Amino acid sequence: MTLAPETTDLKIQLRLSDSLDDWFTVCDLSVLLPGRGVAALLPDGRQAAIFRDRAGTLYAIDNRDPFGGAAVLSRGLTGTHQGRPYVASPLLKQRFDLESGRCLDDETVAVTVYEVRTAA
Amino acid sequence: MTATPEATEATPTIVLVGHGMVGQRFLEALADRGLTAAHRVVVLCEEPRPAYDRVALTSYFSGKTPEDLSMTDMAFIEKEGIELYVGDPAETIDREAKRVTARSGMVVDYDILVLATGSYPFVPPVPNKDAKGCFVYRTIEDLLAIEEYASTRTTGAVVGGGLLGLEAAGALKGLGLTSHIVEFAPRLMPVQVDDGGGAALLRTIQEMGLAVHTGVGTQEIVVDADGAVTGMKLSDGSELATELVVFSAGVRPRDQLARDCGLSVGERGGIAVDDQCRTVNDPHVFAIGECALASDGRVYGLVAPGYEQAETAAATIAADEAEQLSFTGADLSTKLKLLGVDVASFGDAHGATADCLDVVYSDSRSGLYKKLVIGRDGTLLGGILVGDAEAYGTLKAFTGSVPPVSPESLVLPAGAGESVQLGPSALPDDAIICSCNNVRKGTIRGAVTEHNCTTVPEVKKCTKAGTTCGSCVKVLGQLVTAELEASGVVVDKGLCGCFSQTREELYEIVLALRVNTYQDLLDRYGRDSAKGGDGCDICKPAVASIIASLAPTIGASVHVLDGEQAALQETNDHFLANLQKNGSYSVVPRIPGGEITPEGLIVIGEIARDFGLYTKITGGQRIDMFGARVEQLPLIWTRLVDAGFESGHAYGKSLRTVKSCVGQTWCRYGVQDSVRMAIDLELRYRGLRSPHKLKSAVSGCARECAEAQSKDFGIIATSGGWNLYVGGNGGATPRHADLLAQDLNDAELIKLIDRFLMFYIRTADRLERTSTWLERIPGGLEHVRDVVVEDSLGICEELESLMTSHVAHYRDEWADTINDPEKLARFVSFVNAPDTPDPVVGFVPERDQIKPDLPLLSIGLRPAEDVLEGSAQR
Repeated sequence: MTLAPETTDLKIQLRLSDSLDDWFTVCDLSVLLPGRGVAALLPDGRQAAIFRDRAGTLYAIDNRDPFGGAAVLSRGLTGTHQGRPYVASPLLKQRFDLESGRCLDDETVAVTVYEVRTAA
Repeated sequence: MTATPEATEATPTIVLVGHGMVGQRFLEALADRGLTAAHRVVVLCEEPRPAYDRVALTSYFSGKTPEDLSMTDMAFIEKEGIELYVGDPAETIDREAKRVTARSGMVVDYDILVLATGSYPFVPPVPNKDAKGCFVYRTIEDLLAIEEYASTRTTGAVVGGGLLGLEAAGALKGLGLTSHIVEFAPRLMPVQVDDGGGAALLRTIQEMGLAVHTGVGTQEIVVDADGAVTGMKLSDGSELATELVVFSAGVRPRDQLARDCGLSVGERGGIAVDDQCRTVNDPHVFAIGECALASDGRVYGLVAPGYEQAETAAATIAADEAEQLSFTGADLSTKLKLLGVDVASFGDAHGATADCLDVVYSDSRSGLYKKLVIGRDGTLLGGILVGDAEAYGTLKAFTGSVPPVSPESLVLPAGAGESVQLGPSALPDDAIICSCNNVRKGTIRGAVTEHNCTTVPEVKKCTKAGTTCGSCVKVLGQLVTAELEASGVVVDKGLCGCFSQTREELYEIVLALRVNTYQDLLDRYGRDSAKGGDGCDICKPAVASIIASLAPTIGASVHVLDGEQAALQETNDHFLANLQKNGSYSVVPRIPGGEITPEGLIVIGEIARDFGLYTKITGGQRIDMFGARVEQLPLIWTRLVDAGFESGHAYGKSLRTVKSCVGQTWCRYGVQDSVRMAIDLELRYRGLRSPHKLKSAVSGCARECAEAQSKDFGIIATSGGWNLYVGGNGGATPRHADLLAQDLNDAELIKLIDRFLMFYIRTADRLERTSTWLERIPGGLEHVRDVVVEDSLGICEELESLMTSHVAHYRDEWADTINDPEKLARFVSFVNAPDTPDPVVGFVPERDQIKPDLPLLSIGLRPAEDVLEGSAQR
């Protein structure tokens, strides 16, 4: 959730564990279209959905839709609800807060959130 | 009050003789009052089918089936325990024994007998009136017989230029006959309109190609050696050649049963009843509807008074003290659309009141005639409207009072300076808005203020207003809006939290100001809180669709994945394929009109086999291939495009398919080449983005094998060209399409569809199918017809040019995609491992094909705390 400067050489990295230096490089920042996500395969087999908003802020959550089970959250539409960024699942449209991972339409459900940054 | 059963333990029995519209309403009225539970109810019906909508009888010829016309919900009959015997009329009544004998010999003892036998067509006693080729126009069976006889004839004549006569003449013309109308009176519709109105009507009817002979009587039917009709001798000495004659010279009450059992009938027929619809001779026998002579000495031939009588009889039988209904006479106001011409008359239409005055506006050039009858004190007494009956609802409700504006202004056409649109809000609370169901303005207001109805369908359900002939629905809409506004309900009609405008308003902004990006639209026209932001998942695809619909005109890219547009599309559009439950996609190439070569079938089969896809034939006459991974889509499409296929847009809110039957080329019954037309239409409208998906079909004859009437726009071939139906839908809320125009040639058909689709795209809400759109927009079908057929808004040229532009700029978006490396790069499961398939997407065998491997998906829900606390591990 770092503000990314507008350069194309930067890489997107996700933090895989609480350990300080466990950053995993995913792709070039320039690949991300504002408002549209991509999916990344993590070393342990998990999948992350990574988004970039219009202001350049990056977000990463688990790619799996906890309702339907398919790994498709990266293919959802993003938006803002009461000032908070969200993605709507393309399966049945439940919305997930991109900062907390909580489902906006069912408070008992949430998805994992990854810390994300850009690095040269 | 009630005819109490003799001192027996048996359940009292109500016998209803006749199951027409009024009879059915009587049964509903019984059920409403709980009488079906306390009584045995037996219905004897002469016709072979239960009650149907006789008022809409003629719509059989525009494609409605007898089932469509049915007004009888068999579930209702069963639930209420009603014994309904069709095809078994009552033959005799023994009032002494209180016993009815049916034709089958069945005997039913009654406590209460209700006669609702209706009327029969009057056939003037001219020689050869029963010859082969002579018909009446009363029942579905009559229509079936006319249709069959007409199929091998070329001319027809209708005796009688009243309401039904004109309908019958229109129907004969629709069957391809040269049609004549012979009316004894000096004008058409002599009961409803005066000479001026008749003249306006005559001109319009003649322009439609119907021959009208007024002021002449029929003296004899001329027959050939076989006894078949060849012509008619008229009272002016002339002879009219015709092979078919339909008598439509009025109706007479069917009162023979009553006469035979000694009940009093009027001099000119009709079973005499009192204010409670009880026969004057026998408190155990009632008569309702067209067979009854009401206490005011009249027989009412309209359905609304019949309904009122049905309610009155039921209330009387229920002996409900709180609900003392009586029937002492009814309003004969009518509003009709005859052969496409509006005709309405209300109140004292002929100026019978002493000292009354007329205000008349007449424009025979455009077939308009409007007359108001005004009392000396300024009271509106009645009137006649021909050619434009828009003001009918309001004017009728004002009848009996002094309108708040001058009468002249009410009949002048819009834009003529003095013209005033008198809104229904000016009406008093006791003004009757729906005369079919006798619903007053106060009741409708109450539905909004007390029963929390906020839409016209809700009000219709709550009050029954507008559920019979529908002519008041427009006024209902105005009342509901006015009432909502008055009660301070601020209805935010905005598209979403980002835009305060409706989709229609955004469309106008995008088109008029050539706004061609979502961000520009949001930053300039979004709500203040949304400007500069990221928008939401509601407005993004909605605006993307508007931009795509107008792309060539507003200077946006025509490819939905170009630039910013790629970030606005729903996932289906984003990958130009349909997302399935496990994250795989399905692929549908376009197969226009459902016509495909063996080579095409083989290509699709080979591709499906090579990629291991599940194949299924769709309802839209094409082939769906399931189970493709994102990264396989470009490979599959490269092969499809090479073989000459293009996108079928099964993923888009856009034209899906135009189904067709095999048509004239092969079918013994076909009258036009439906396949060729379906292909032409599919190729014309392919790729057209719209508020929701669009489906179409073309049937080659009236047998309708392509099911065109369940489509957004459906086309049915006639011997004279094409009939265009709009607003049909299958799915969860099926709706039969409405006939928009008849007997169009190819060019006329395409022009009308162009206009219709573009008008829909312009004015519909997001995700609103044509069926709901047609029901929602003020004025409904008639408004749409005015706009797209009559060009009442003067926008048809623009609508056509928008469509021309769409057609000219169409490109296959899959062919463009596979040739664009930047777009292709997005077709991967993982941005960091482009060649790795998504491990969640797996398949297992079923019936020799694949199906999703669901256990791969069912990791199940995990509680939020667990996820948040152990965010990095699993």
